[in-house]
Amino acid sequence: MSLILAMFLAQVTVPFAPEQASTFAPEVDALYGYLWVLTTFVTLAITALIIFFAVKYRRRQATELPRPRAGSMVLELTWTIIPLLISMTIFVWGVSIYFRIYRAPHEAMEVFVVGKQWMWKFQHQTGQREINELHVPVGARVRLTMTTEDVIHSFYVPAFRVKMDVVPGRYTQTWFEATKAGRYYMFCAEYCGTNHSGMGGYVEVMEPAAYQQWLAGGTGAESAASQGRKLFQDRGCASCHQADPGGQQGRGPTLWGLFGKQQAIQGGGTVTVDESYLRESILNPQAKLAEGFQPIMPTYQGQLSEEQVLQLIAFIRSLGTGTQQSIQGGGGGTGSQRGGPGEGGGAVTTTGQSPDIQRSNPIGPTQPRPSQGGGAPASTGSGGARTPAGTNPQPPRNP
Amino acid sequence: MSQNQPTPEERGHEWRSRFPTVNYLNADYGIKSWLLTKDHKRIALLYLLSVTFFFALGGAYAAAIRMELLTPQGDLMQSHTYNKVFTHHGILMVFFFLIPAIPAVLGNFLVPLMIGAKDLAFPRINLLSWYVYMVGAVLTFAALLAGGVDTGWTFYVPFSSSYSNTYVILAGLGIFINGFSSILTGLNFIVTVHTMRAPGMTWFRLPLFIWSHYATSLIMILGTPVIAITVLLLALERLAHIGIFDPRLGGDPVLFQHMFWFYSHPAVYIMILPSMGVVSELIATHTRKPIFGYSFVAFSSLAIAVFGFLVWGHHLFTSSQSVYAGMIFSIISYIVAIPSAVKVFNWTATMYKGSLSYDTPMLYAYAFVGLFLIGGMTGLFLSALGLDIHVHDTYFVVAHFHYVMVGGTVMGYLGGLHNWWPKITGRMYPEGWARFAALVIFVGFNLTFFPQFLLGYMGMPRRYHAYPVDEPLWQVLHVASTGGASILGIGLLIPGIYFIWAMRYGRFASANPWPGTGLEWRTPSPPPTENFVTTPVVTWEAYEFRPIEEMAVVGPGEPDQPVGGQHPINRDAEPEPRA
Repeated sequence: MSLILAMFLAQVTVPFAPEQASTFAPEVDALYGYLWVLTTFVTLAITALIIFFAVKYRRRQATELPRPRAGSMVLELTWTIIPLLISMTIFVWGVSIYFRIYRAPHEAMEVFVVGKQWMWKFQHQTGQREINELHVPVGARVRLTMTTEDVIHSFYVPAFRVKMDVVPGRYTQTWFEATKAGRYYMFCAEYCGTNHSGMGGYVEVMEPAAYQQWLAGGTGAESAASQGRKLFQDRGCASCHQADPGGQQGRGPTLWGLFGKQQAIQGGGTVTVDESYLRESILNPQAKLAEGFQPIMPTYQGQLSEEQVLQLIAFIRSLGTGTQQSIQGGGGGTGSQRGGPGEGGGAVTTTGQSPDIQRSNPIGPTQPRPSQGGGAPASTGSGGARTPAGTNPQPPRNP
Repeated sequence: MSQNQPTPEERGHEWRSRFPTVNYLNADYGIKSWLLTKDHKRIALLYLLSVTFFFALGGAYAAAIRMELLTPQGDLMQSHTYNKVFTHHGILMVFFFLIPAIPAVLGNFLVPLMIGAKDLAFPRINLLSWYVYMVGAVLTFAALLAGGVDTGWTFYVPFSSSYSNTYVILAGLGIFINGFSSILTGLNFIVTVHTMRAPGMTWFRLPLFIWSHYATSLIMILGTPVIAITVLLLALERLAHIGIFDPRLGGDPVLFQHMFWFYSHPAVYIMILPSMGVVSELIATHTRKPIFGYSFVAFSSLAIAVFGFLVWGHHLFTSSQSVYAGMIFSIISYIVAIPSAVKVFNWTATMYKGSLSYDTPMLYAYAFVGLFLIGGMTGLFLSALGLDIHVHDTYFVVAHFHYVMVGGTVMGYLGGLHNWWPKITGRMYPEGWARFAALVIFVGFNLTFFPQFLLGYMGMPRRYHAYPVDEPLWQVLHVASTGGASILGIGLLIPGIYFIWAMRYGRFASANPWPGTGLEWRTPSPPPTENFVTTPVVTWEAYEFRPIEEMAVVGPGEPDQPVGGQHPINRDAEPEPRA
């Protein structure tokens, strides 16, 4: 029964709606359609009653006095309880969709998103970086871990029915699974200053083959985790933190197998070592000090960009979790339980923003660029890295 | 002084001669008698002037927004200018028009009259509240003139605290000070309703207008301090970087949103509840029936005031608050919708077998019920968690709250102004023009804001200076909206003109032109300074309609001071041909 209902709802399309390009879109549209049916019915019913009364009971004599009527408890209860019950159906339906959108699946292809006045910066785990464009394959679950370098932004793709605020000082997550190849608007939905309406671009949803081609294009990039490893060496983290299995405990906690563990903290209690805790421990180390260590770590606030912090986290995550050991390859290729991708080796390439990239904005006097076919490397700046097929975190599925 | 200029005495006489009797308008004259008045009715008129000014100014900004959005390119003004324009529109309309409009104008005028009191409990504080309002308004206005603010009326941090280079603190100071005016008015109303009701005016004989103003006053005195604290913290953050909201200093930017909406969502009810009170009066008066389910309508106002404080988090469904918090705020948002629905059903039931007029105030009441219904129902869309993710911060939200604020509050305000204009000025407005204007406003309003629901669902974010050029349908809808706004603007100008005209040339109004049952109709139009010649004793229930002879002016009903041998008091100056 519920299966039939679900199949029916997946077919629902409403007028004046953006394309349905994610698994959420038909669900959200169905709820939207239900609410319009309700709204239309109630509004028309009440309006019709009012018009009917206004005509039928119009004043015929200047002095007429209608018979007064007291209230009716039955009627009052009826029109209190029935709307309450109907609104509870909306509530439950809304909650069920909300939970699906907000519970990002663990098994997903992760993309780091950093908002900045007024652009969106993306980094794939495989190393590709993009500005104002995001390339994703059809049928893959894509989880976005987002933060911002300045003010609050909000990542919004109408065709996916997905929106999430991007808040300074913390990570927010959202996810989607695109169902249809195409080029879809991406907006900033939270007012962020002068060029707010220019802070947008496109999500390019590609067929899996085209996406693989796109990944392979370009001159090769370093994976996020590998860039994080480099930072780990350059910034002297290694002098206190052990990152290899079986190594000696340094002055700071060993990072090998740390991710996802329950960490006891000073003053009692434990925290789960996740992205947010790692970020806090890098930028404000004294906030939740691991049990048994001295508060000697300096803050890296202002010394690392949000993207660099994300790379360090990708590196720490690549060191595996307490439950799963990863293999450290020569090129730094590791896997992680949460679907972190294998690292690509290769030369260090930094990605700058080219004027080309800036112009991929849909809004404004400048015409948007014509849609690019699959595998356009121009938008990534540094192109893709080779991704060992075996460690590909998210084998793209066909819808 | 030249020979031709009248002396102040002569001017006063001329002013007096416009009315047949001595009343609050001509009891005294000269600018000082207005600026130092302690008469709630005169203070209401001071407020009327001020809020009308800010409504017009806010409307001008709205016109600029609609002009810009005619084309997808941001070609009329620069982005920075556009951002200031929508910010100014929001700040002026919310803080200096919508919040004070009905309570401070109609409420001030009518609360003492309706309960049979001579004035509010604290007349001096009442005058003070107008001055506080003006100081706040002047400071905010100065901020706009000095260069403006570009944070949006919501002042979200860290943009407003660390990034905006505009006059945030000055504008915030104006809002901070203006808040005290709200608090003083609310306090005054509560004390007045508790202590100054006429003999026999029990709580359940109060007009529903009083109940809704009582509920509004509760929100004002409980909620407004929170916005004051929030704005103060914002200023401290901006000046001294104290680190309440700045994550780099250990603060939390989302905390600001919680604090801001803790006031600003109940503030929505500060705007709509008084309008609901007005509509209850309009419907009772113009159907000649007691409001169906009086006590349900009365208590629904209190329920809205209480539950209204528990739903602020529905503005934060995408702000990274926890999913469980989202669930709680969502379900309470549905619960708070029920009392509003109950009111709509009761109003509709009141019309059943009534004697329904087509006078202008009733036209606005019809419009209110229909438009508020759409505004309220679309609120259910926004409270649905999974759906709100898509429509949050889009034009769908813009359309929704304009249906509530303009379709609700402004319609109620206009209906109330028409209904009590005869009482306020002693003159009738021109009925034909007024009906025409109501129609124009209704059509213009729907054409302006209905397309915005569609735009929002298609993905148009709010506060956008420009939109994609390759979406022709978006432009079509924006052009429709701008066309509607032009009609709405013209529609709103018409009452502005005929109200001024009617003050001088309108027909004299009788004490009770509709007729209504409230005590305000049982004193001359315009009322004397003390409101009633003798203290009324209430022996009838709320909305107890009787033949007009039995609803005469309380007291001796004879002129205390006839002026220049004109018409005797309390009689129609001219017979009133009414439909």
